[in-house]
Amino acid sequence: MSAPAPTVAALAQGLATGKFSSVELTRAYLKRIAAAQPSLNSFITVTGESALKTAAEADAARAAGRAGRLTGVPIAHKDIFCTEGVLTTCGSKMLGNFVSPYDATVVSGLRAAGTVMLGKLNMDEFAMGSSNETSYFGPVHNPWDLQMVPGGSSGGSAASVAARIVPAATATDTGGSIRQPAALCGVTGIKPTYGRCSRYGMIAFASSLDQAGLIAVSAEDAALLLGPMSGFDPFDSTSVDSPVPDYTATLGDSIEGLTIGLVREFFDEGLDANSEQHIRNAIAVYEKLGATVREVSCPNLPLSVPTYYVVAPAECSSNLARFDGVRFGHRCNSPKNLLDLYCSSRGEGFGDEVKRRIMTGTYVLSAGYYDAYYLKAQRVRQLISADFAHAFKECDLLVGPTTPAPAFRIGAKCDDPITMYLNDIYTIGANLAGLPGMSVPCGFVDGLPIGLQIVGPHFSEACMLNVAHRYQQETDWHLKTPPAFA
Amino acid sequence: MEWETVIGLEIHAQLATRSKIFSGSDTAYGAEPNSQANLVDLGYPGVLPVLNGEAVRMAVRFGLAIGARIAPHSVFARKNYFYPDLPKGYQISQYELPVVARGFLDIVLDDGTRKRIGITRAHLEEDAGKSLHEGMLGMSGIDLNRAGTPLIEIVSEPDLRSAKEAVAYMKKVHTLVRYLDICDGNMQEGSFRCDANVSVRCKGSEKFGTRAEIKNLNSFRFVEKAINYEVERQIKLLESGRRVVQETRLYDSDKGETRSMRSKEEANDYRYFPDPDLLPLVIDESLIAKVKESLPELPDEKAARFVRNYDLSEYDAGVLTASREIGAFYEDVVRGVGRDPKLCANWVMGDLAAFLNKDNLEIGESKVNADALAGLVTRIVDATISGKIAKDVFEAMWASGESADAIIEEKGLRQITDTGAIEKAIEEVMAKNPGQLADYRSGKGKLFGFFVGQVMRATGSKANPAQLNDLLRKKLSG
Repeated sequence: MSAPAPTVAALAQGLATGKFSSVELTRAYLKRIAAAQPSLNSFITVTGESALKTAAEADAARAAGRAGRLTGVPIAHKDIFCTEGVLTTCGSKMLGNFVSPYDATVVSGLRAAGTVMLGKLNMDEFAMGSSNETSYFGPVHNPWDLQMVPGGSSGGSAASVAARIVPAATATDTGGSIRQPAALCGVTGIKPTYGRCSRYGMIAFASSLDQAGLIAVSAEDAALLLGPMSGFDPFDSTSVDSPVPDYTATLGDSIEGLTIGLVREFFDEGLDANSEQHIRNAIAVYEKLGATVREVSCPNLPLSVPTYYVVAPAECSSNLARFDGVRFGHRCNSPKNLLDLYCSSRGEGFGDEVKRRIMTGTYVLSAGYYDAYYLKAQRVRQLISADFAHAFKECDLLVGPTTPAPAFRIGAKCDDPITMYLNDIYTIGANLAGLPGMSVPCGFVDGLPIGLQIVGPHFSEACMLNVAHRYQQETDWHLKTPPAFA
Repeated sequence: MEWETVIGLEIHAQLATRSKIFSGSDTAYGAEPNSQANLVDLGYPGVLPVLNGEAVRMAVRFGLAIGARIAPHSVFARKNYFYPDLPKGYQISQYELPVVARGFLDIVLDDGTRKRIGITRAHLEEDAGKSLHEGMLGMSGIDLNRAGTPLIEIVSEPDLRSAKEAVAYMKKVHTLVRYLDICDGNMQEGSFRCDANVSVRCKGSEKFGTRAEIKNLNSFRFVEKAINYEVERQIKLLESGRRVVQETRLYDSDKGETRSMRSKEEANDYRYFPDPDLLPLVIDESLIAKVKESLPELPDEKAARFVRNYDLSEYDAGVLTASREIGAFYEDVVRGVGRDPKLCANWVMGDLAAFLNKDNLEIGESKVNADALAGLVTRIVDATISGKIAKDVFEAMWASGESADAIIEEKGLRQITDTGAIEKAIEEVMAKNPGQLADYRSGKGKLFGFFVGQVMRATGSKANPAQLNDLLRKKLSG
């Protein structure tokens, strides 16, 4: 088997018809990973041996007539998900030696569905970054142009799927960490509703915003994989006890009469003109498919970046306190005393961006500043949620750009956190409101992909996936592969 | 200048749930270090807390028992600080919105009057682990078995005015939590402990003085001693023109003194904020109604009933309701005897309590059970034996485990109620003591006691005392 089939749907089909075995498929992907790793650096750990073992088990299950739709399909996990017996670093030196004793619920769900784990994907340290440059394990390169960032924090997931070295990958999204890299790498990403997937075993950055999701080639693939990773988990009180539909069942439904809202605030002066043209073209496709398009306004949305950079650091400053060098993770050499143990272990274990956010978060929660920052940010967050709720009274889904511009050069924004943060200006709102969002490839600017963002009301994943799928039936942006990895 | 002491207590009671407040680990005390700490308790990357519903029901039980408001909506918050026995780097507690607010308990003062002590709030939180410094070869050991054990922190108003009042209040809470079956009350194991906020002010002043907080007092005696020491220390400071500084102090039970732990300036900024891993705790009316239905008779209610039904003094009723077990034991005795509840009370509070104390036993472990004691008291009431003989019988029962009747029979202790037999004994005594008889008859009335003693000795203390008195008086007067 030379070049792997492009989508999970096609791979599942091939496995089902016996065109190839899971072992053959897994071997082929491991080969592609090994070949691409030097240029992409998208993996932190490749679990070749156990992947082949799981693949053989999958083949045996299939032979025994016990195969599900996804049995034997290889995928990879963002290194933020705990995987039993496998290094789980979260992109940090702090966890450079951490072998998790347990599986995240998302990981065990996908394992139970029969998928084969190829390894653990690179990411921004503790998911804090928009370019995958904060990883302790080095930056990931964009397969469309190796000089460019893949976006972040799920840069390893997006780059790997774009380069077709994995069929699909798990990812997480706290402020755009699935949708932004998906857009910048020309792949499909979905961040489900907050609470749709369990956060148990997903190393926390900002608990009220973190959400597990997927990066895949197509909406159909995302629909296939989303089910097994969704649902209520008794180990996560914030997961929602609502039934998980078969997301593939509604793919292909007509979208005639669907009302699509264009958020006025998404088409601001910060949006690159060439990107905007592609977004407008995508909207035209929906009009052709029978959707009604109307403009809506979310007046508080421009406040989402400052709001996010109070709430997320506040939660992260507390979530990351457990990395203290006492029970697991990095511990400094010969500490002088307890304070030194803390300061040196954390000082050595965390990178600059993580430290910046811990300090910001500590500050906004401090006595005397809590009301001015944290409480106020929570109030603005409610206003933003209310804006969305209002918009969804007038339309079924919102569409707009995922990012202001295509991928930027590695190193270009490293010294300017504010500019870096603005990359997530269109994606953060959905996290603050807990809404599901997607990014779908919709064109190229100067040879680099850009994404169309779709945001829906809570638990509208099925509708969103179908809307993305209908677009992908009309276009082939999602099937384009980077020439270097064809 | 006359000084007034102002005290508020923060009592920490470990809730007697089987598993921890946010994880499934066992809470039993005394296990091998770290054998009862799972990944959640250890604060591993990616783990999440899940609230134990039983802990919530216990908090509601407490709230209802102190006439408090149960918050329909309360919030868990993170209290952030670094310490090796605090695995997550924060303690999950409740801050702005506690589950229980505004209750009270009444205590009885020395002069018998009642005083109402306000309870500001009671909130749920998790306990930390333990740091062990001894026998660790110069290092420190961390035992996380206790980490995540559910606590209810009960915060009183600054209504207490002396160490004695503080102890009375703490005992009252101690009794209550055990009545409610929400805490085992074991102070040695740290299941029940308190911090005391102590200040003094000029008597009559409206303003509170600067307070010191004495941490981690785990016995009633220490609470009393620590507060008394602290009050004296503060008064001395003020009287010598110095000031009390706001600080946290530790009580050293060996030296009997408190000493500074950290000043206000060194205090942590805990950066409380709502825990995003836990949903707000919502308690609906139906849960409250269900818990209310399951509440036992509370100590004050029981004491009032004892006074009313058994005609006991408030003091006796208080002693007999100090625990559910004592109350139940007492009522079993009363039921067995069928009358004279006051006599039953005397036996439970007197000989029984003394023997329990001597052998260091709980009432549940008593060597004479309620039925057996009822059997004994019945024999006093029906005049088979005298109260004095009964004491010997009780001792024999305690030692042998036999019934009162068996011992009375075996030892021939049955009281002599036969008038003829008593008269015969009296006549013999009179015959043997002509001198005393003459003295008595010539006006030395005090000698009556002498004759009682002699007749009792002659009858082996078995003469019915009332009968003996009557007959003796008649015979002596000729």
